[in-house]
Amino acid sequence: MPHSTPARVAYVNARLLDPASGMDAKGVLVTEGEVIAEFGPDVSIPEGATVIDCAGQCLAPGLVDMRVQLREPGEEHKETLKSAAEAAVAGGVTSMVCLPNTHPVIDDVATVEFVARRARKNGLAKVYPYAAATKGLKGEELAEMGMLAEAGALAFTDGCKAIGDAKTMRRALSYAATFGLLVVQHPEDPSLARDGLMNEGEIATRMGLAGIPSCAEAMMLERDMHLVALTGARYHAGHVSTAEGLNVLRKAKARGLNVTCDTAPPYFALNELAVGDYRSFAKLSPPLRSEADRQAVVAALKEGLITAIASDHAPQDQDSKRLPFAVAAFGGVGLETLLPVSLELYHNGHLSLLEVLRLVTCGPADLLGLKAGRLAKGAPADLVMFDPERGWQIKAEKFRSKSKNSPFDGRPVQGLVLRTVIDGRTVFERHD
Amino acid sequence: MTKEYFSHKHLLGIQGLHPPEIQEILDLSDRYVEQNRGGDKKQSSLRGRTVINLFYESSTRTRTSFELAGKRLGADVINMQVSASSVNKGETLIDTAMTLNAMHADILCVRHPDSGAVKLLSQKVNCAVINGGDGSHEHPTQALLDALTIRRRKGRLGGLTVAICGDVLHSRVARSNIYLLNTMGARVRLVAPRTLLPAQAQRLGVEVFHDMREGLADCDVVMMLRVQNERMKGSFIPSIREYFRFFGLDYEKLACAKPDAMVMHPGPMNRGVEIDSDLADDVERSVIREQVEMGVAVRMACFDILARNLAGA
Repeated sequence: MPHSTPARVAYVNARLLDPASGMDAKGVLVTEGEVIAEFGPDVSIPEGATVIDCAGQCLAPGLVDMRVQLREPGEEHKETLKSAAEAAVAGGVTSMVCLPNTHPVIDDVATVEFVARRARKNGLAKVYPYAAATKGLKGEELAEMGMLAEAGALAFTDGCKAIGDAKTMRRALSYAATFGLLVVQHPEDPSLARDGLMNEGEIATRMGLAGIPSCAEAMMLERDMHLVALTGARYHAGHVSTAEGLNVLRKAKARGLNVTCDTAPPYFALNELAVGDYRSFAKLSPPLRSEADRQAVVAALKEGLITAIASDHAPQDQDSKRLPFAVAAFGGVGLETLLPVSLELYHNGHLSLLEVLRLVTCGPADLLGLKAGRLAKGAPADLVMFDPERGWQIKAEKFRSKSKNSPFDGRPVQGLVLRTVIDGRTVFERHD
Repeated sequence: MTKEYFSHKHLLGIQGLHPPEIQEILDLSDRYVEQNRGGDKKQSSLRGRTVINLFYESSTRTRTSFELAGKRLGADVINMQVSASSVNKGETLIDTAMTLNAMHADILCVRHPDSGAVKLLSQKVNCAVINGGDGSHEHPTQALLDALTIRRRKGRLGGLTVAICGDVLHSRVARSNIYLLNTMGARVRLVAPRTLLPAQAQRLGVEVFHDMREGLADCDVVMMLRVQNERMKGSFIPSIREYFRFFGLDYEKLACAKPDAMVMHPGPMNRGVEIDSDLADDVERSVIREQVEMGVAVRMACFDILARNLAGA
């Protein structure tokens, strides 16, 4: 499918938002082919440009989602590269980074290239793969990190599985540090979390469900901080969800360790009560935590300890979710709700609009070394136009994603994506 | 007669040796190189002496080299190959020492898979002991033969830049070479993935690199280490092909070193793993066969020097 890029487009009447530079100004943004040519309050409309009137709405860098499960190859009945990319652009996401837990696992050069090639063909959201840190995500043998990085793997992770064996983790960090590569951990002690279904505590006790204690996260992070200090590696903790875990990371950062972390909307917008009447759509990994943990996540976002919000998009079909809570699969979709749920942090007065945007644009882009997430001359023209105030109700059945398993189904939110632009091309436009 | 510097009873390691001692061994080795190249290779300085090769690890080249060295000096040489699995370490090692004492061996060449085992044995026997390699600790005769090879090619050791590349973590050859080259005033670099470097390696007085091209830049000598296959299946290194891609020595990476840089390998080589096969055979660059030749001469010199301190000498 050929993708034609208009030569020159002027987005006029825009509220230009660039969290990297702190710009928040009325103005014009001009794209030339696939890149941003100029932008600002005093930019004039160049001759021959196609003019798009933003009617005062926000125009910001397209969202960068650093934690997405794509299910292709291997589980195309749950999600494909195409359906995920359609969901992404509907959610304003222009770059997404996918976990390697596909079938086959992304642990060799050929699979990295397969994903990149298939994603390019769709011409929608850009897809960057993580590769497995250990072969087959088995937590035993190191994957070919050097060659995988050359093939385009952004960083290395065993996805939804923690690297549990300390010696293997040490070697993975050491080996990654050889090439200056980043290791992304699912911070949960696997032996402690084994068989657990939801956050351990009163709710789990009343429901008769096996719990995962919140210290499972802190314990793994604590161990990993020792290994990071030992190896000098770069480390990123995915979807951090507990106050205790955040404390470990706060101390590590204060010690000068090269560590970063992200969280996902469920962990600042929901708590364990969302599991309610055995709602399997609220069965997530890590589990939804206590209200105190949720508040700690919000505080960590405010303080700048957490530098990225990822959707943690985890598509599961009905057959995996319409099951007794104990046997239902973990995970929720998130690409189409990332922006509105993140904007709650703004509407609730915790963060400024630019601060929220930073967490979903240049925040993740910078920590992964991606050339994305900022308005800059010559940068790829990946943009999202949105109305931050517009109210709507999340209806999972309307998702573009093949799977509808959202923990936010039915939630009233504010903030709607109106148009998404990738490499200068409008790839999504809302007409209602 | 030149002055005698080396006065130790044993040769257990390079650590602790002084430059004149190393110099003396190398000077004497030079004489044996010439003798070995001549028609009459045999002499009788060790006539009546008994040399026992006690090898707890399989070895062809080192054991043969010691055997040949002993025989060329007129000693009686006995080989004892002990399979490591049949040994109940510690205690048996000392029992063995008692047995050897009863046999009145004069020089014992020992290789053992455990670091420190050769030293332990040396404390229990009456004869002189040469460490033929203990665990990941030391392999002094290898470092001496490497130094001899370099000195004969480059005319000196001091001021040279030597890159030691590969599995430093498990390598006794690397450790002995680091000590010797540092003692003689060379600059030593280690080039390896972090998983194959020991903790605080830079404390050994070396510069550490994780990139071959950077590590080899302007080097006079490139010393490759063997990587054992069982370490290449994901535990320390993801795969052979990844290892060769980033840390195997080929012409392209060697081009970063000085144009006349020499390539060394203690053997046995894994062709296509740590070293390109053609490069290993390239007599313009590689001195791997010469190292074997120097090995015999160095071991003759070591025997000679230790023999003069033996009882009845």
